[in-house]
Amino acid sequence: MTQKLIIIGAGMATGRALEHLLDAGGGYDVTLFNGEPRGNYNRIMLSPVLSGEKTYEEIITHTAEWYEENGVNCRFGEKVVAIDRAAKAVTADNGDVLSYDKLLFGTGSNPFMIPLPGHDLNGVIAYRDLEDTERMMGLGEDNKCVVIGGGLLGLEAAAGMAARGVDVTVVHIMGHLMERQLDEAAGYLLRKALVDKNITVRCSANSKEILGENGHVKALLLDDGTELPCDLLVMAVGIRPNIALAQDAGLAVGKGIHVDDQMRTSDADVLAVGECVEHDGAIFGLVAPLYDQAKVVAKTLLGEDAAFVQKELSTKLKVTGCDLFSAGDFAEGETREDIVFRDPARGVYRRLVLENNQIIGAVMYGDTADSNWFFGLIRDKTDIADMRETLIFGPAFQGGAPSDPLSAVAALPRDAEICGCNGICKGKIEDAIAAGATDLGAVRATTKASGSCGTCTGLVEQVLAVTLGDDFVLPAVASVCGCTDMTHEDVRRMVKSQELKSMAAVWQECGWKTSCGCHVCRPALNFYLLADWPLEYQDDPQSRFINERKHANIQKDGTFSVVPRMWGGITTPDELRAIADAADKFAVPTVKVTGGQRIDLLGVKGEDLPAIWHDLNKAGMVSGHAYSKGLRTVKTCVGTDHCRFGTQDSTGLGINLEKTLWGSWTPHKLKLGVSGCPRNCAEATCKDIGVVCVDSGYQISIGGAAGMDVRETELLCQVASESEVIDVIKAVTQSYRENAKYLDRIYKWMSKVGLDWIEEQVMDLENRAKLVARFELSQTVYRKDPWAQHVAKAETYQPIANLSLEAAE
Amino acid sequence: MSNWIDIAALDDIPKRGARLVKTVHGCIAVFRTGTDEVFALDNACPHKNGPLAEGIVHSNSVTCPLHNWVISLETGSVQGPDEGQVATYPARVEGGRIFLDAAMLDQRAVA
Repeated sequence: MTQKLIIIGAGMATGRALEHLLDAGGGYDVTLFNGEPRGNYNRIMLSPVLSGEKTYEEIITHTAEWYEENGVNCRFGEKVVAIDRAAKAVTADNGDVLSYDKLLFGTGSNPFMIPLPGHDLNGVIAYRDLEDTERMMGLGEDNKCVVIGGGLLGLEAAAGMAARGVDVTVVHIMGHLMERQLDEAAGYLLRKALVDKNITVRCSANSKEILGENGHVKALLLDDGTELPCDLLVMAVGIRPNIALAQDAGLAVGKGIHVDDQMRTSDADVLAVGECVEHDGAIFGLVAPLYDQAKVVAKTLLGEDAAFVQKELSTKLKVTGCDLFSAGDFAEGETREDIVFRDPARGVYRRLVLENNQIIGAVMYGDTADSNWFFGLIRDKTDIADMRETLIFGPAFQGGAPSDPLSAVAALPRDAEICGCNGICKGKIEDAIAAGATDLGAVRATTKASGSCGTCTGLVEQVLAVTLGDDFVLPAVASVCGCTDMTHEDVRRMVKSQELKSMAAVWQECGWKTSCGCHVCRPALNFYLLADWPLEYQDDPQSRFINERKHANIQKDGTFSVVPRMWGGITTPDELRAIADAADKFAVPTVKVTGGQRIDLLGVKGEDLPAIWHDLNKAGMVSGHAYSKGLRTVKTCVGTDHCRFGTQDSTGLGINLEKTLWGSWTPHKLKLGVSGCPRNCAEATCKDIGVVCVDSGYQISIGGAAGMDVRETELLCQVASESEVIDVIKAVTQSYRENAKYLDRIYKWMSKVGLDWIEEQVMDLENRAKLVARFELSQTVYRKDPWAQHVAKAETYQPIANLSLEAAE
Repeated sequence: MSNWIDIAALDDIPKRGARLVKTVHGCIAVFRTGTDEVFALDNACPHKNGPLAEGIVHSNSVTCPLHNWVISLETGSVQGPDEGQVATYPARVEGGRIFLDAAMLDQRAVA
């Protein structure tokens, strides 16, 4: 007698299983249930349907006629609501009870909806089936859509709608797109490609609430307060195996329905296949293993031997219009080595991870033509020792030439600005070279490039090298660190001219040789990005030294020192009492007055920091930034208030300056002094910037030091009013942070660019006003008390777990 | 015998960051790399006991905040010209949670 097989779910896995079963002659009377009112279509082709490259009809794999011809009894649009395994029968949602000899689960997976407030509003959908696709296709050109989820599915949805002219914003919680398949560099390139397609991308964005109007979605609210208006909101944050029915039927389930190598569940007469299964701890979302499972389940149903084996998988990903590939394991490791190839001109990125002379992982972006070859090497565990030198160039280049370190400069367009001081672009330098300027001096003389502050010298030389080839020998210069061949100046120039606004962008466009920099280059890059793009660039705390990350100075025993700000060196009895109380409460072993006229509480435990800040905040005090590469203190004398020699209100000016400059990040620490008369009690002439008040006004001098080097300041200018003092100092500070190398104090920067050049910058009134405006702009972001901000995340200063109690039990 | 215990969520540690776990025998630093691997090491640099959890994490290394010694998170060995060794403990991530091997942590007392 023919046995009865009931299949739940008409998806790609059960479709393929049916084909195998019928090819082998069948032997079953098959009934097929499907919740969707249709048979099997190729779900992974929904994206081309969305973008308009294909129609739905073209992606149908099994038509109604096919099922009929093959004698499959279809119950489309009907669900199975219960299973009685003892009686071997299923109940349909219309009440029909059907008995089976074998039951096959192909229930697939459900899209995961984040339970944000408002997720049940009309117009909030997943991206899973034809209905969802049609909703997206129904949006007109004037509509806005927000997609939550920067994984493959979300980006496919976004790219498809953007192709139809919809205004799309992708909101992704992680720092870069497709973080599971791609590393940061590839994620950066992908983001760039999407932005070029007019898709707005917001990474590190936390969704807070979906806002609605009359029951329909209106906007997505992020936790930073941003509202993103939308007519449709697509949640594409992942899928979960659909196991509810199997669970109700008492089958063993974990993340998915447990199956053995023969695709049998914990009940031998019930089988499962596809996205709903869990095999040996793994669940499956790609189509290749699903088809392998379909083959095995058909054999099991036919009583033949077969076993499902998990294989190494590669993913060649096709976000509409972008080529991506990732395979294997691309994490870094002690015994692992990286080979990274970046071609900024073509937007190509390749990374191979090697271990024991084998490739164990690969990520590629932009050019994936060789991905199959690399995947073969991973799968076959090929020994690559012999071709290591040229491996990264792929099969065609075995024995080819190594990459050109100058390619980043070669790739710059002719209108890329090389010399910011004089507005000289690459094309002008090339023209000068063509006209006979074959060395730096000649280029300088004919174009003025690198003739002013000189920070672009390295880049000009590289343009010479690229243009003249072997005729020009690059002088050896110190690079930022081992991660790059570029100098600080080169990197700064690239950050400005190429508008690089993230770490990943710098690593890619400047051809970084490591995946994520090191402790030397990251703090420098973080500063350059902050300085040049104060509004766009988000500080990266992990690229800061611990003092700046924890807003306190680390001491030799791992404790910290805390310095509250005392504006201009002035304090009050109340503040002193609060400091004394805090010192008592937190058992501060040492209280010391610093060289900059502030009070230092030494020996505070790291986990007590937020609490002591809280107390000091409550007494009206804020962080003294005694730890920062930024403004530290403005030291003052008492000036006209009390001193019989004082010529101006030096204390008041000091307070004003400190309130103007506080919170600013600079290449190195910045210390100021204001003395009320030439007796110079505030020692202003050995500060980075010093002001000495005289009868006729204020002498501003810069470039002093009293550290590793002891130097006297040099006079920059004399001005008549306090407001001019403040403007000049803002302008000097801004010029310093726009041009100096990270960790150069002002005197080092000054010896490189010359006092005359700095004077030109700040004494030209038009230029001074521009510098002041840029300084004020960045201060709108940074003039904030970090203590108050960090008290809110006090728990991150605590140990993440305490096992000492557990062990004691 | 291993005894994996759930310490915290992976997201409780920032990428390229670290947090401490208190134990009866002192603090363990748990690191999360840029590629979401986790490593557990004694929180003391072999040079002058610098708190490694406060260092800058890059690739699979951490730079001690006191004197810039670079330590491999995988092996605990000091990189470059310096020499030294930091004890490491098994750590893994599963389902977005971090697990440490308590049995190995307990052995610290004996060692």
